[in-house]
Amino acid sequence: MTNQTATPPTTTTHAAPPRSNPLQGLDWRRYVIYIGFVVVFLIFAVTLGGQGFLTGGNLLNIVRQTATVTVIAVGMTFVIAAAQIDLSVGATAGLASVVTAMTIANYGVILGIVAGLLTGLVVGSINGGLVAFLKIPSFLVTLGMLGIAAGVAQWITASAPQPILSDAYNKVFGSGDLGPIPGLVVWMVISVVVGAVVLAKTRFGRQVLATGGNPDAARFTGVNTRSITFRVLLISALLASLAGMLYAGQLQSGRYQWGTGDELSAIAAVILGGTSLFGGSGTVVGTVFGALLIGLINNGLILAGLDTSQQQVVRGAIIILAVALARRK
Amino acid sequence: MPSEPMPSDPTPTEPMPSAPTGLAVEMRGIYKSFDTTSVLRDVGFEVAKGEVHALAGGNGAGKSTLMKILQGVYTADQGEILIDGQPVTHSSIFEAKAAGIGMVFQEFSLIPTLTVAQNIYLGHEPLRGGRFINDREARRLAGEVFKIMEVDIDPGAVLGDLSTAYWQLTEIAKALAQNAQVLIMDEPTASLAKHETESLFQLVERLKAQGISIVYISHRMDEVYRIADRITILRDGRRLFTKRLTEVTPAQIVEGIVGKAVEGGLEYKKRARADSPTALLEVRNLQSGTRVNDVSFTLHEGEILGLAGLMGSGRTELARVLFGIDPLDSGEVLVRGTKVDLSSPRDASEHGIVLVPEDRRRQGLVLDHSVRDNLLLPVLGKLKRGPFVSDRAGRSLADQLIERFQVKVANPGRPVRLLSGGNQQKVVIAKWLGTDPDVLIMDEPTAGVDIGTKSEILETIRRLADTGKGVIVISSELPELLAVSDRVLVLRGGAIDSQLERTDIPNEESLQLAVQGV
Ligand SMILES: Nc1ncnc2c1ncn2[C@@H]1O[C@H](COP(=O)(O)OP(=O)(O)OP(=O)(O)O)[C@@H](O)[C@H]1O
Ligand SMILES: [Mg+2]
Repeated sequence: MTNQTATPPTTTTHAAPPRSNPLQGLDWRRYVIYIGFVVVFLIFAVTLGGQGFLTGGNLLNIVRQTATVTVIAVGMTFVIAAAQIDLSVGATAGLASVVTAMTIANYGVILGIVAGLLTGLVVGSINGGLVAFLKIPSFLVTLGMLGIAAGVAQWITASAPQPILSDAYNKVFGSGDLGPIPGLVVWMVISVVVGAVVLAKTRFGRQVLATGGNPDAARFTGVNTRSITFRVLLISALLASLAGMLYAGQLQSGRYQWGTGDELSAIAAVILGGTSLFGGSGTVVGTVFGALLIGLINNGLILAGLDTSQQQVVRGAIIILAVALARRK
Repeated sequence: MPSEPMPSDPTPTEPMPSAPTGLAVEMRGIYKSFDTTSVLRDVGFEVAKGEVHALAGGNGAGKSTLMKILQGVYTADQGEILIDGQPVTHSSIFEAKAAGIGMVFQEFSLIPTLTVAQNIYLGHEPLRGGRFINDREARRLAGEVFKIMEVDIDPGAVLGDLSTAYWQLTEIAKALAQNAQVLIMDEPTASLAKHETESLFQLVERLKAQGISIVYISHRMDEVYRIADRITILRDGRRLFTKRLTEVTPAQIVEGIVGKAVEGGLEYKKRARADSPTALLEVRNLQSGTRVNDVSFTLHEGEILGLAGLMGSGRTELARVLFGIDPLDSGEVLVRGTKVDLSSPRDASEHGIVLVPEDRRRQGLVLDHSVRDNLLLPVLGKLKRGPFVSDRAGRSLADQLIERFQVKVANPGRPVRLLSGGNQQKVVIAKWLGTDPDVLIMDEPTAGVDIGTKSEILETIRRLADTGKGVIVISSELPELLAVSDRVLVLRGGAIDSQLERTDIPNEESLQLAVQGV
């Protein structure tokens, strides 16, 4: 029994360790969003160059038009990477826009900003609490929250637009420029950079990916998966409320309709950007390019003179194609 | 006056016989139940410093649960834990880790979407500037851990692309990287081949020499005798005894685990075989990717064919092709003389070929579904009454299978995830045997099952073959291959290296040499 004839420790007889083979090393599927972005860009540049596609003004416009959705999509990246979903972001943005506008009208700019962010804090805490601690699926919780937030926004405003008369607010939150760069774009860049670094380079980000990749294993490793789930939904709602405040500043009023449907654009941007719909992997930079690609397509189709119905069809087809190419085998 | 010899040791479960170094871990009176099922009852357990302590017991005896309590994954309902003499009330893994306890989990605590190095350092990543993760440093450190373990794994590979044995090695590296004072290893070798196991044992000895204590859970007797100083046996949630291995025979241990004496299911039994049996499965010049190279062999009715080989030798890949998971690039497969198309597992099972996969959690089970639903999944078609699945027939079939394979489950309606590791394995096997296949391919069929069940499974394999079915058994455990196979194919680099009649293999060593190609 004890006398195992000592087999010589064969140190190097391991057959074929899984060093990635040269073909796998060039896993182009991971970069499909960047390739797709470049391809679509080139196609439009060639075919729509005459319609002014390549002018600096138009390109800046594309970025400006996608800025708000990008801010939302940064938060959505965390949520989806953690294998959750947040359908309430669009409605939260609308609610934040009216809360901010109404508070500014009555109590001034500072309190208005605080109230807008507080909206996100409350919505996010409720979403996060219900999902993380009561274990209700995020799909249902945030679907319900979509209705609640949209309803509250419509109700407290009696469906009326809430003008914002503070120039300072409007300048900072969306209408103004920083030198040649639109203020909106500055907000977008800030959220993207912070989001990208947090997801890729901090322990919190790594734990988000771990929770999405395999919650049991993450728990066995000492990751507090509940707190992670709570926090991603909180982040998402906070960024959604920021987006709502940007809508309000850009359009100088709060309206319950702002942000309607943004959840779908944001989810599409995240998935196009290579984040797994089942959680566990994802990058914020990919998301940005996903959002920009959608913006690019929208812009190109308008310049090409397609009407709205045709635009929808083409856009849908391109998104399905891109996701199909990007899927892991 | 010469002193009388002292009366020999009073109780078998007496705590550590006066170790000068003291106890690294002491658990007293631990109780634990899940819902209403009581899993641990008044269990005591102590580990001395620098000791290798084996923990043994049947599937579902409560070994993993006891160790998860020590690791802070679960909290005991009652009882005390002392680490290094200090009482602890750790209710979280953080505290247990801080107290110097690390664990190699049986269920793997790994994230498939992260890389090997990212997994190893999850939660204690090396940081740059106190805040930002330094993945390059993590890869370098992970490479060093693997060097100590004497294995060759790319720390930058994404875990989900690797096979089970690499997961196991990563899981071990992950626990080692914590520099724990007490290292719990829950069946660390369940899917390792002999030489990896050997490197692990040498590592264990080095750790022990550094005063680190190791709790070693295993169903393999030879391993326990090879490295452990003492053994504790749990049976049905209670401690049966703790003894030095020098004071207990393997037969006593086996009897303690199983509750009765086990007679030679684990030894080779010569079976009656037809002189010119009909060919059941013929494989000709099979080629698939880089991992299966020009493989040809025939499996006869009533034959058990063993597949031996090192990790990465193409055994699993061959099984996957035969079960229609991976495409075959060229070559053909014949079932009872007719050429068949195996482009999906469904095709394969329609032709009577089934696979018990190597990784139960990823491939064998729908973890969140009930034990019953898992058992019935492959046979739903047979349970149809009109357009509906007959519930009554399903229940009774599931109950039969549970009974036949002695799956330890309080209620077949509970998720299979909650079963102990070995019992999950039984569910996978039972599930496929319910379909009454002609050709059964089993990839590491006894990984993690206890000795009693292992001999049951081997006996089942023999019985199946006796009724004319063909069985292909893949196993890294050579004694097991030798116990059941009529013939052994040795694979190397995806090709068949040699074919050996069982009667021509004198002993385990000679098969080991054939596998290593020396
Ligand atoms: N989270 C849980 N919920 C409910 N029951 C559980 C849970 N975890 C374990 N059990 C039950 O507790 C019992 C003991 O399980 P445990 O995993 O400790 O067994 P084990 O001794 O490690 O067995 P094996 O050798 O198969 O790994 C089993 O019957 C199992 O079904
Ligand atoms: Mg166990």
